[in-house]
Amino acid sequence: MSDEPMGGAGQSRIPEAFDGEPAFVPYLAAGDPNYEASLEYVEALARAGADCIELGLPFSEPIAEGPTIQQAVVRSLEGGMTVERYFEFVSDLDVDVPLVCMTYYNLIYRYGEAEGPEPFVERAAAEGIDGFVVPDLPAEEAGPLREACDEHGRDLVSIVAPTTGEERLQRLVDLASGYLYIQARLGVTGARQSVSDRTAESLARVAETGTDLPRAVGFGISSFEQARDVIAAGADGVIVGSALVDIVAEGHEADRPVAETADRLEELGRELKEGALAGAGTEASQAD
Amino acid sequence: MSEQQRRGGDGKFGRYGGQYVPEALMPAIEELTDAYERYVLENEDGFMDEFRERLRDFGGRPTPLGRADQLSERYGVEVYLKREDLLHGGAHKLNNALGQCLLAKYMGKERIVAETGAGQHGTATAMAAAHLDMPCEIYMGRRDINRQRPNVFRMRINGAEVNPVDIGRGTLKEAINETMRDWATTVETTHYVIGSVVGPHPFPSMVRDFHRPISAETKRQSVEAFGQLPDAVVACAGGGSNTMGIFSEFVDPGGLPGTDPANNEPGAEDDVDLYAVEAGGSSLAVDEARGVAPNSASLSTGTEGVLHGARTKVLQDGDGQIMESHSVSSGLDYAGVGPELANLVDEGRVEAVNVDDDAALEAFHRLSQDEGIIPALETAHALAYLEEHDDPTELGEYVVVNVSGRGDKDLESAIEETAKRDLPNAPEMDVFDEHGGLR
Repeated sequence: MSDEPMGGAGQSRIPEAFDGEPAFVPYLAAGDPNYEASLEYVEALARAGADCIELGLPFSEPIAEGPTIQQAVVRSLEGGMTVERYFEFVSDLDVDVPLVCMTYYNLIYRYGEAEGPEPFVERAAAEGIDGFVVPDLPAEEAGPLREACDEHGRDLVSIVAPTTGEERLQRLVDLASGYLYIQARLGVTGARQSVSDRTAESLARVAETGTDLPRAVGFGISSFEQARDVIAAGADGVIVGSALVDIVAEGHEADRPVAETADRLEELGRELKEGALAGAGTEASQAD
Repeated sequence: MSEQQRRGGDGKFGRYGGQYVPEALMPAIEELTDAYERYVLENEDGFMDEFRERLRDFGGRPTPLGRADQLSERYGVEVYLKREDLLHGGAHKLNNALGQCLLAKYMGKERIVAETGAGQHGTATAMAAAHLDMPCEIYMGRRDINRQRPNVFRMRINGAEVNPVDIGRGTLKEAINETMRDWATTVETTHYVIGSVVGPHPFPSMVRDFHRPISAETKRQSVEAFGQLPDAVVACAGGGSNTMGIFSEFVDPGGLPGTDPANNEPGAEDDVDLYAVEAGGSSLAVDEARGVAPNSASLSTGTEGVLHGARTKVLQDGDGQIMESHSVSSGLDYAGVGPELANLVDEGRVEAVNVDDDAALEAFHRLSQDEGIIPALETAHALAYLEEHDDPTELGEYVVVNVSGRGDKDLESAIEETAKRDLPNAPEMDVFDEHGGLR
């Protein structure tokens, strides 16, 4: 972003991520397995063509996560990640893509002296966070965070589940900004073999609301083929977490050099980005 | 605060409560809220009639309220024990497990999942599911499995699957996380039987209402036994289900239609003092650097936060990361507490107190020796409060203690923990030689 005011706030850059070709939105837990390596990993994904990055702020009770991301959270917390370190991390990151903070509500709620989510949003905005996705915050409880986001020009992403009915869907669409996170299937995060039939169904239902919010699909996407199929089914972006976190975990367990793990992340990142482009019938070379 | 808000009819208890759960679960939560309002609050299709009938015929309600002669003499007050340890399964937990399993059946759910800490809720759920012919899976932390082996066997014998949870410290908190993950995957066919007055609305209100018979019976039996309501009611509090169970008719008389009214003067409930006894563990101090609180006293030492679907008092560090709690009793070993109880303490209606591991173990032995009742280590905390009190006569003339469960499940822990300490009243436990024969 070229015309950022002092302090790095300005407006959310998330719309830029979805203003052309299908978006590749990777997730990593910040600080997994340690601060320095994690910086390299996130930057590798930016090089791979990430259009927006979901950067996890680890919470001790990640109830929406499968085993892969649970372990990432444990590694990051054991590596000394705190809310303050997370903000430093964001500020140290050398990437030029929108950043979405993915975390659980208690950390947002607890931050700062004043009650409520506003102090966290203010600080995150100042450090360069563009938006938030909070898995344990349904529309019923999201009012205060929505308000704080509006005040600081940030986006609040809504998660749309396969179980979300018509009435709830409209509420989520009305609440959200940035993009809609379409949960591809029931359950927790984690890589899977094939794309759920329910994904296409969910995408169609969201389209029926007439929203012009971009629709990014996540939960279980791990390959070129899946990324392609999800985009072909009508999504505007693919969100990939566990498949990437698996590479970080393997590297950590096998004690691989950080550069090697970063290369592997970049490689899978490119494959996923190309899959997304293929799904739209778009050649990578034609992209702006 | 309106009566509606006080009772959590809108899911909030003052500043606590709410529904902080993933969107995928919200449709099921809405469905459950609807079912709670229709079947439980309005007795649609005679649900509550069937529930009360099964509590009587399968559960063994009403449980007695009996005078503790030795304790009464010791403390100079009339001590009465509400004997939830005599409910089928050996703890109050069956009230809620049976209620929720039956509700799941009325809702057309095909499968039951539940978490358990001490294993009492797990065994109660396994029994209720077997009784109602529903498949059942229980999540239990690895550490708790090791502490509570008899209960693991009881669950298995009743036909339930027991899934060990290895992540974290392997106690109740991790088991709840894992059960929520199961539910997020299977929500369309499965009901999650939460084991305490915690979690998102409607669980805190619904679980309280299933435990309400404890309170309704206590009132009636008190008037019958000593002609008035008790001056004080004492109950242990982890998540707070036995606590809210025995407090509910004192804070919200007649809050559930169809509950037998006691023959007491209107408004006399307000004069009953309510004490929630938390696990003080080994110390009330916290180790922020290690993320450990050596106690489970969320009401006494916790701060406001969001845990497991509700805003409530939790043990957490400055960032809001949840601490590892501790108690000698695994049923109290939890970093949060029910939102209604947190609110009642804020309002001054309930007094939160705590006793430490040593006092609880002493009380465990005292009740066993003096009254012939081996209490659960959880319950022992409530009893220890009488002993720890400077002057128990200040509590009033008549004190009811909720004996939330029996201690058979705790024998291994009790023996091990007793051996570590120099308790004034513990029996000699090394009666066996190294070959297992009597010395």
